[in-house]
Amino acid sequence: MSNTSEAGRQPGLRFRERFPLLSLITERLVLSVILLFAVSVLIFGGVEALPGDFATTYLGQSATPQAVANIRAELGLDKPVVTRYFEWLGGALQGDFGKSWASRNSVSEQVGKRLGNSLFLAGFAAIIAVPLAICLGMLSVHFRNRMPDKIINVVSLAAISLPEFFIGYLLILYFAVNFGIATFPATVYEDMGFLERIQTIALPTATLVLVVLAHMMRMTRAAILSVMSSAYMETAELKGLSAGRAIIKHAAPNALAPIINVVALNLAYLVVGVVVVEVVFVYPGMGQYMVDAVTVRDMPVVQACGLIFAAVYILLNMVADILAIVANPRLRHPR
Amino acid sequence: MPDTSSSLLSIRNLKIEATSYPPGEPPKRITIVDGVSLDLQKGKVLGLIGESGAGKSTIGLSALAYGRGGAEITGGEVNLNGTNILALGKDGIRKLRGAKVCYVAQSAAAAFNPAHKLGDQVIEASVKHGLMSKDEARKRALYLFKVLGLPNPETFGDRYPHQVSGGQLQRAMTAMALCSNPELIVFDEPTTALDVTTQIDVLAAIKHAIEETHTAALYITHDLAVVAQISDDIMVLRHGKMVEYGSVKHIIETPSEDYTRALVNVRQEMRHEAPDQSKALLKVDNVSAQYSNGFKVLHNVSLHLCKGQTLAIVGESGSGKSTLARVITGLLPPSEGQITFEGKPLTPTLKKRSRDELRRIQLIYQMADTAMNPRQTVRDIIGRPLTFYYGLRGAAKTARVKELLDQIEMSNGFIDRYPAELSGGQKQRVAIARALAAKPELILCDEPTSALDPLVAEGILKLLMKLQEEQQLSYVFITHDIAIVRAIADSVAVMHRGKLVRFGAKSQALSPPFDDYTDLLLKSVPEMEIGWLEKVLTTRRMESAGN
Amino acid sequence: MRLRDIPITAWIGIFGIALALFCALFAPFIAPYGETEVVGAVWQEADAQFFFGLDNLGRDILSRLIYGTRTTLTVALCATVISFSLGIILSFIAAVSGGLIDAIFSRFNDLMMSIPTLIFALVVLAVLPQHLIVLILVMAILDSTRVYRLGRAVALDVAVMEFVEAAKLRGEGTAWIIFREILPNTLSPLLAEFGLRFAFAILFLSTLSFLGLGIQPPAADWGGMVKDNKDGIIFGVAAALVPGSAIAALAICVNLVVDWLLKRTSSLKGGRGDA
Repeated sequence: MSNTSEAGRQPGLRFRERFPLLSLITERLVLSVILLFAVSVLIFGGVEALPGDFATTYLGQSATPQAVANIRAELGLDKPVVTRYFEWLGGALQGDFGKSWASRNSVSEQVGKRLGNSLFLAGFAAIIAVPLAICLGMLSVHFRNRMPDKIINVVSLAAISLPEFFIGYLLILYFAVNFGIATFPATVYEDMGFLERIQTIALPTATLVLVVLAHMMRMTRAAILSVMSSAYMETAELKGLSAGRAIIKHAAPNALAPIINVVALNLAYLVVGVVVVEVVFVYPGMGQYMVDAVTVRDMPVVQACGLIFAAVYILLNMVADILAIVANPRLRHPR
Repeated sequence: MPDTSSSLLSIRNLKIEATSYPPGEPPKRITIVDGVSLDLQKGKVLGLIGESGAGKSTIGLSALAYGRGGAEITGGEVNLNGTNILALGKDGIRKLRGAKVCYVAQSAAAAFNPAHKLGDQVIEASVKHGLMSKDEARKRALYLFKVLGLPNPETFGDRYPHQVSGGQLQRAMTAMALCSNPELIVFDEPTTALDVTTQIDVLAAIKHAIEETHTAALYITHDLAVVAQISDDIMVLRHGKMVEYGSVKHIIETPSEDYTRALVNVRQEMRHEAPDQSKALLKVDNVSAQYSNGFKVLHNVSLHLCKGQTLAIVGESGSGKSTLARVITGLLPPSEGQITFEGKPLTPTLKKRSRDELRRIQLIYQMADTAMNPRQTVRDIIGRPLTFYYGLRGAAKTARVKELLDQIEMSNGFIDRYPAELSGGQKQRVAIARALAAKPELILCDEPTSALDPLVAEGILKLLMKLQEEQQLSYVFITHDIAIVRAIADSVAVMHRGKLVRFGAKSQALSPPFDDYTDLLLKSVPEMEIGWLEKVLTTRRMESAGN
Repeated sequence: MRLRDIPITAWIGIFGIALALFCALFAPFIAPYGETEVVGAVWQEADAQFFFGLDNLGRDILSRLIYGTRTTLTVALCATVISFSLGIILSFIAAVSGGLIDAIFSRFNDLMMSIPTLIFALVVLAVLPQHLIVLILVMAILDSTRVYRLGRAVALDVAVMEFVEAAKLRGEGTAWIIFREILPNTLSPLLAEFGLRFAFAILFLSTLSFLGLGIQPPAADWGGMVKDNKDGIIFGVAAALVPGSAIAALAICVNLVVDWLLKRTSSLKGGRGDA
């Protein structure tokens, strides 16, 4: 290549060319940090910039000016926005999200309890959904354009169109009310046994699995198909390799990166799906906490939950990208 | 005609069809290959030649009983050593592929799996078919890497596909095909994607390797001069049918069909070099250019073009010849230097140019397909510059469009057609008409004939020459084809890695003494002459011995 | 394009959408009872008189469902049209201009997309007054980030084509290039995307209403009806599932049509691709 000599003169470029993997991952990490910071500004600043005075909202329209002023001082609303932002961010970084306006309780305490519950629910759903989706995706590719594939296609298309709460209530009506084999509502408490806990969250888990399964399966199918149609798969066929060897040796290593990406993206999707499912099943997690807070306009809680959800989402997307980078042979073995 | 009874490969009445899905129409069956028969003896090479769409790759793949992208073999026989391989079962075909018949693809870069080392991929088929042990296969691969002249053959197999160059990959793919000691290799345009100067090395390596291993080969290409160097027999194909079939000597020296003659004929000089080349219309002065990432693509280029004349710019891909055209159009403003047009400096950036400046310089692209909006009719395509530059509308516009169609020798009946309803040559003519509509002084032609059938290309070149005579047009003609340069240019510029290595009147520029690069370039362009490759290689060896 | 080339699945989708449109347009004439009219007992069972039974306040579910079509479709459609126009215009400007404008638009879009839509909506709706226009705008702006991403990709595909360069060389303005050169060549994928965004808008609106942040009572809307009747589920009253099914059915219908449109575009590309 003619440009290697040009690039060699610049030390920055040389590092990138010699360690593309390391520099790309570092770049992605830095980007995530910047993104998180920007999101925190957006969540805090957006809330501040939008119309509506919290003190008035808080006390109601009939509040006296004196009461409004008092409450503003108490909530710290009389300080400049920038000062409040850095106080808030500083607190958030140390795990202190302030006090809820509605209950006057510490937000962090509530978040601490509920975040674990939400992650447990989402994680449990992921453990079931991920292998299932990948298997179905492979099955669909194997029977491409034949009956099983077409059935999977139509069913998954329908499943994508179902709102989470519809699936949730359908399951409740049949399994909890009509057959009585599952529990509703899915109330969990701290010193609950593991088995009992799993039994309690069976229905919300099933709902989440159904919600995310179709998406993940369709994306897996597309990822595998795009690998299967590449020129090196034709080479494998023209070498007279058996279908099994062609898939395991030639398709799998290249399909890995896109599939990992699909999984991570859907895990991020799962984290959001948890919000509605928690409301349906009255499950004490972050989602319900946030929705309740939004209804009563309890801003510290909304901001804390928003930031945490966004952070988890950004984190998962970052992991997806980094895994895809690591799985790319071109970057693993630089020139 | 060869004796059929002892043939290694004997194809009889081959018919291959596919279903095409034209936009907005019901699917229809199309015939890709129609009634082709051929014979290939052990250890011989048969060249299949034709334009894209001639069905040559499809025939080549039929020797592996494979149909690409929905192509189906619907008739005829493909006999290998007397056995019809089309009648073999799935397993029989699988045992054949990679063992007895191997394939070398046009783009080795895509055909190698990016996730595995080259060495493992080269020996895979031999080992999996149980033809040799892993160690034996590695030894053979090493031997082949040496025969093919790959650098560091001992460690070459440890590298990944993206770590080696295109020419090396193409040779590695040849090694992969030769590894299992096959009886037949199908080479599918193995050098087309390479530069001329790289092509000659790969070609020589392939020729040496198949001679050394006594393997028979089907060699598919669109370049007759290339196939003449490597084959014993040649079959000329067009639109899926055989045009002519015979020995290389017969095809090159005494072709009987018009189409073959057009392929063989060295292009006649269409234009005599203009004697006076002093009054410049376009003057490029010390121009350098770089991409936004700081990568420099042009270094201090200076040249000029006179009114009513043609300047040919030659070079390989990456030489900066198309970039120079982009700089002249203003798409890529020069970082240094100046361009003068009709004695006045040309505004460097496209956006700041006046409408009149834009009108005077028009561009014709290589691919007329992508150069025209598929949703506009010929009337819209040719008519837009008329409205845009001259404000013509309605009947006046239609009359002028018809006049222009007349000039490009197309009937008025084409006026309401869409580009998809035109042939390749017709599309390029419409593109020329669009340029003419602006009444320009200069037309930049970026390889306008290289995607076309030779007969059609000839017609386009003639049209361009006719228009030049009639309207005193000036052309900057970008090409990699020396024969075209000889036929139409007044002056020639040779470019290499962003630098101008040679510039002058045609008679001077293309005569010795040459600079090193022009010498290499001119010597690397395959000539329609049997034994040309050997001659060049011998000269090279002598030269290097002399040094 | 012929009618008989349209697959049966797409016909089902087209029929479903047409039915919904019909209900929305002629709601007062088809609905047997008023939108907020109490006609019987709470959660009265379905019979010949009340096809789907009565809801948590004794209102006719069928009538509310028909009126709800109006609200749901109008809000979803408005949001989609706005988000689509916004996303397409911005993305095409970015694709055609390139450089700094493209970089600024795209980085900001990345930032918006790094927060999940629902979470973003919850944060914003917590602050803003509860108003229909606000709801539509929030939905539209959040969704336009997705449209932007696709629009930019599609437009870039076309914008690098030589006929666009030819138009630039001629001296054409940005508007001509966007509307005459690029847009006509991107209609198919954009139409499919519009359908996809519309289906998403229906689901998203229903979700917001279900969470109590969408359309406010007493106006009937499908997601809100699920919320109103959800407590009945424990007693085995399926009233909440009726509007739920309606949402699912409409979304499925839209997706069926989109699926067909997407397949049509990809086979179009395949037809062009082989030489």
